[in-house]
Amino acid sequence: MKRRNFLKACLIGGTTIALGKTNKGWASGSFEGYPEAMGVLVDTTRCIGCRSCEAACNKEQKLPEPDTSFDDPAVFEHERRPTSKAYTVVNRYQKEQPSGPVYRKVQCNHCNEPACLTSCFVNAYTKTKEGAVIYNSKICVGCRNCMIACPFNVPGYDYDSATNPIVKKCILCYDTRLKYGKPPACVEICPQEALTFGHRADLIKLAHERIRATPERYVDHVYGEKEVGGTSWLYLAPVGFDKLGFDTTLSNDPIISNVKDFLGMVPMVLSIWPALFSGIHLLCKNQEHDGHGHDTDSNQEDTKP
Amino acid sequence: MKKMIQHGLAIVDSPYDEDGKKRTLVNKLLLGLTPSQYLLQAFRNPFNWILAAIFAIGIPVLIGRFIFGLAWATSGSNDYPWGLFLGFGLFAMVPLSSSGFQLGTACEIFGRHDLEPIERLALLNGLLGYFFAVMYLLADLGQPWRLPYPMVVSFGPAAVLFLVAWHVATYLSVQVAEVSTAFFEWIGFPAGKRGIRKITLGLTVSGIILSTLHQGALGALFTYAPGKVHPLWYSSSFQWLHFFVSSLPGGLCMVITVSTIAAKTMAWRGDTRFREKLDKVTVSLAKGACMGIATYITIKLIAIAHDNKWAYLDTGWGQWFMFEIIVGFMLPLTLMTYGVHTRKMAMVRMGAFMTVFGVVLNRVNTAMITFNWKLPHREIPPWREVIISLTIFATYIVVYRFILYRLPILFKWRQQEQEETVPEAVPAPALGRREASRVPVASYSSMTKLD
Repeated sequence: MKRRNFLKACLIGGTTIALGKTNKGWASGSFEGYPEAMGVLVDTTRCIGCRSCEAACNKEQKLPEPDTSFDDPAVFEHERRPTSKAYTVVNRYQKEQPSGPVYRKVQCNHCNEPACLTSCFVNAYTKTKEGAVIYNSKICVGCRNCMIACPFNVPGYDYDSATNPIVKKCILCYDTRLKYGKPPACVEICPQEALTFGHRADLIKLAHERIRATPERYVDHVYGEKEVGGTSWLYLAPVGFDKLGFDTTLSNDPIISNVKDFLGMVPMVLSIWPALFSGIHLLCKNQEHDGHGHDTDSNQEDTKP
Repeated sequence: MKKMIQHGLAIVDSPYDEDGKKRTLVNKLLLGLTPSQYLLQAFRNPFNWILAAIFAIGIPVLIGRFIFGLAWATSGSNDYPWGLFLGFGLFAMVPLSSSGFQLGTACEIFGRHDLEPIERLALLNGLLGYFFAVMYLLADLGQPWRLPYPMVVSFGPAAVLFLVAWHVATYLSVQVAEVSTAFFEWIGFPAGKRGIRKITLGLTVSGIILSTLHQGALGALFTYAPGKVHPLWYSSSFQWLHFFVSSLPGGLCMVITVSTIAAKTMAWRGDTRFREKLDKVTVSLAKGACMGIATYITIKLIAIAHDNKWAYLDTGWGQWFMFEIIVGFMLPLTLMTYGVHTRKMAMVRMGAFMTVFGVVLNRVNTAMITFNWKLPHREIPPWREVIISLTIFATYIVVYRFILYRLPILFKWRQQEQEETVPEAVPAPALGRREASRVPVASYSSMTKLD
């Protein structure tokens, strides 16, 4: 009986270790981003808050008409976030400062190791080799875990649709432009050249070059170079990033590294528990019979090695 | 029902009625009453009127949610993607349903056959809790008809939710199998029951594995949002353990709560074994729950020490945290410990209610109230979201009651001497002991299939 139980435990352990591996799979190792990944450098010292990027995005992505026109300055009164109707928004900060307000464009930052991608249980997200994080609405179940996971609060959900609600967010104009080597619509339209499109690796060099050339203009940090494992969108700022609504408490590790503790434990439970509890069951069984004092021969056999 | 029994009604607890005739399915469904009697007792129960009022408002709203979309029914917030349906429905119902695997383990693995009077209730509590957690999930998903996608269409194996989906689906089937013994007795299909008994150990062990993992996984889901969950409710290393460990007293206390309610509101349904053993079993469950709560409080404090988060206790959030841990865990621990020692059952039961409250509050806090603590605004669920949540919960109660009234959960199904095989005539709860002396392990094939 003991051997039988042992064999059974081995069998279960074996299959479950194999099963557990698939659960862990992609969660191991660190990923620094594709070498040819593109990105955009946002120089907030150049942005004048004209919102033409918002207008260009709206047109390119065929989004619904906004509530007020793109010239309306009233939108700056409240901090906004990207939604299913606007993939990018510009917010105003530091308006009381003598140096004038600072504008910050918000959109999907296209992480190297996106939290949305790793949290998605149907693998609806893809990080393309061009650096864009794109989304497959055909398989999305609508659990909205990606919105929970996104450290930048980017994905918007189409709550209004009853039959086909989907997640909507910036895809770096992947379908219409990036795929063909063209910059996203917002970059192309920017009149101030506040947005620079290029290889992410080059942009990081460019950003540090700007800081080195005019150190009084910038704080010495490129936001997105290391945050949550690095993002394709990079930011330069004249004041501390925390003053511009950036989350400066984010770790440099990708979000998935928080989850690895748990994912690593999964195959262990799958393989240890069956043997452990079957063993306990055998122990308890014998004990019970000893206690009742009517041991049978077959049970005696069990206790012998 | 009480009055009718006084007037000489024989309750259905065996396949045969008082004249020795085999009961029909309709007769069993109507609790041995005539249709008019059945309706009469249903109308006489004031609780049914409350339920009717909830359904009268709730069902149209629930239908409206699928016609007009989530924006109509819920807050539809991008910052708070998970509202009441998941924050309460999924995250709170699942830990309260851990009873199934715990009592299964105690009875079948540890050989605690003295807990058998409550085993089936615990299994049923588990099954229904999970089933209705999935119902809440279906109400919340943007495209609920795609729920099977992670199983068949596209796999995201690195995601914790992938694991939750698979495990909850597997575990639901395990629980259906575990509870089906009661159903087979009631319907009169002993072969099915025998089949399940053969694989009980396999089912129970897979129940432990699946429960450990997905109770933990629900916690691990929040490790995707390290900056959003308040640090006092978050721990990147221990989150899954916090959820798993707190689910243990949660499930046990839920069984105490349900058995208390059942003993009060449907006393006629429990047999003498249930009535006599209930206090003793409750004490055993409370002991287990106390160990669980004590461990939970300890690891909660360790997590705070581990990341040195003591300073947060001095904030408003800290006070809310203290409220949760004191009222939801420390106080019930004290009450139950004292109650167990002095055999003051009211105190034990009060402690169990409070623990259930504490576990629910913990989940709602993690998923909703303290979520996005850095954002200036908090999300108050709109009335339609509340109504739908209430409606699903009312359905849960109705189904729970429907099953408790009929299936042999709180009582033993009496087989009459007409039964040809004497051992099989012994009602199920005694089977565990008998099985232990016979074949202690399940067959290989049934085990492997389940994993």
